Amino acid sequence: MRYMMIIHHDAEAMAKAPQRELWAEYAAFNEALNKAGEGFSGGQRLSPGKEGTIVRASGGKTDVLDGPYADTREQLAGYFFIDVPGIEQAVEWASRCPSSKYGAVEIRPIVEQTAR
Amino acid sequence: MTEAARRAAERAARDSYGRLLAFLAARTRDVAGAEDALADAFASALASWPEQGVPANPDAWLLTVARRRQTDALRRRATSKAGEARIQLMTEELEAAGASPEAIPDRRLALMFACAHPEIEAGMRAPLILQTILGLTAIDIAAAFLIPPAAMGQRLVRAKARIKDAAIPFAIPEREELAERLDAVLDAIYAAYAKGWTEIGDTAAERLADEAIWLGKLVVSLLPDEPEAKGMLALMLYAEARRGARRDGTGAYVPLERQDIDLWDEARILAAETLLREANQGGPTGRYQIEAAIQSAHVARLVTGRPNWDAVVALYDVLLGLTQSPVALLNRAAALVEIDGAEAALASLDAIANDKRMADYQPYWAARGHLCARAGRKDEAHEALTLAIGLATDEAVRHYLIGQRAKLQDG
Repeated sequence: MRYMMIIHHDAEAMAKAPQRELWAEYAAFNEALNKAGEGFSGGQRLSPGKEGTIVRASGGKTDVLDGPYADTREQLAGYFFIDVPGIEQAVEWASRCPSSKYGAVEIRPIVEQTAR
Repeated sequence: MTEAARRAAERAARDSYGRLLAFLAARTRDVAGAEDALADAFASALASWPEQGVPANPDAWLLTVARRRQTDALRRRATSKAGEARIQLMTEELEAAGASPEAIPDRRLALMFACAHPEIEAGMRAPLILQTILGLTAIDIAAAFLIPPAAMGQRLVRAKARIKDAAIPFAIPEREELAERLDAVLDAIYAAYAKGWTEIGDTAAERLADEAIWLGKLVVSLLPDEPEAKGMLALMLYAEARRGARRDGTGAYVPLERQDIDLWDEARILAAETLLREANQGGPTGRYQIEAAIQSAHVARLVTGRPNWDAVVALYDVLLGLTQSPVALLNRAAALVEIDGAEAALASLDAIANDKRMADYQPYWAARGHLCARAGRKDEAHEALTLAIGLATDEAVRHYLIGQRAKLQDG
C-alpha cells in the first residue's frame, strides 16, 4: 500500500535540535528512502507555515490570506512517500524519520483509483 | 502494596483468567462470548466481594457467574433440540467444575493451539494469545506491537470470529502433528518476546517481554517433554539476562561483545543453561534449541573471557540448514569474521546481497558496514553505514552507527 507520510514539526523543539546532526541524519534517511525501491520517494521540505498563502474561492469571491493555515503548535513541514505491505512497516518508516523526534509523522494511506 | 506484591496479585488473577477463559471457550469455540461472560463475572466480583468478602474459592465463584451468563446467551440463540442438549451437557460439566475447582481442566494449551492455528493470520497469533491467555487489552497489545489501537482491536475481533467460523478445534494436536503446530505456538510467544526486547526503555515493551517469558514457562509446565518449548524459554532467558547491559550509563548502545559481564544476570543465565541441557538430552531437535545454544556459546565469555566463535559459526551452519534464513546467514557472517577474517565473512554475504528483503533490513546494512570497515573498504563501509543509520529506528543505535562512520575518516 502507498502512504503519504506527512511531517508536522514543533517549531520550538526544532529550534532546540542539534542542527548539524539532524541534517546528517536526514541525509542518511533520504538515502535509505531512495534505495528502498519503487514507490518510495525522498522527502520534500517545506518553508514555514507562516510563509504560506491561503486561497479560498467561494460564492464568486476569492480571498487571499497570509499563512499559517492552521494556528497550531505543530505545523506541516514536509512529506515523503512509501510503498509497504501495511501499517506495521509504515509505522517503522515513520519512526526512522528524524522528524519524529521533533514533532509527529502522520501516516495517510493513499486512496487507490478503482477502475470503472 | 509493593510493586512485587501487586504484580504477584495480578499474576494470580491472570492465571485464573486464562484458565477460566480457556475452559469457557473450549466448548463453544466462541472466544468473544466467553470473554464477555468472564468480564461480567469479574465485574460482579468487584461489586460484591468488597461487601460480602472474597469467597473461599474465587475461581469457582467466577466460573459460576460466567457460566450463567454464557448459558443465558446460548439459550437466546439456540432453540433447536440439539442446542438444548449441548447446553445441558455444558451446564453439567460446569457445575461439576464449580463443585471441585481443582478439577477445572487446564485447557490453556488447547486455547493456545487454537490461537496459533494455521487458519489464523500469522501476525495475529501472538496478540490473540496475549489477549486470551493473559487478558491483555487491545490497547495494551497495540502499544507493544506499535499498531494503531483501533486497527489492533478490529484484527483481534476478526481473528476470534475466524476461530468460530472456521470451526478451529480447541485441542492439543496428535503426536504426528504436534511438533509443527507447537512451532506456531512457540513462534507466536517468541514474536511477543522479540517485540518486548527491541523497544528499549519502553515500559509497555518491557512488560511484554515479561509476559512472553511467563507464557514460555506455562508452555514448558504444560508440555514438560517437549525440548523445543524448553529451548525457546532458554533463548528468552539468555536474552533477558543481558537486558541491562545493552546500554551504558549515558544510554549509549553497547554491542554484545563489549558488554560488561558484571551487568549480566547470572541467575537467569544459569536457569537458561539448565533448561538447554534438559532440552538437549536427546540431541537438539529444533531452531530454538540451536539459537539457545548459540547464546550459550556467546556467554561462554563469562568463564573463558572470550566467546566460543567456532561453536557459534558451527551452530549457525546447523541453523542455516534448518531455516535457510537470511538472518541466520547474517549472524553467521558476524561470527565468521572472528575466525576467518572480514573478506571471508563478506564473501559469505554474497548469497543474500541481491535479496530484495535486505534493501530496508537495517541489521544487514549495519553488519555489512562493520565488515567492510574491518576489511579496510572505506567507501563501501561508508555507504552501508549511511543506509544503516537511515534505517535505524532506535536513537542509541543510530548514534552508535554515526560514531562508527565517523571513525572511518579518522582511521
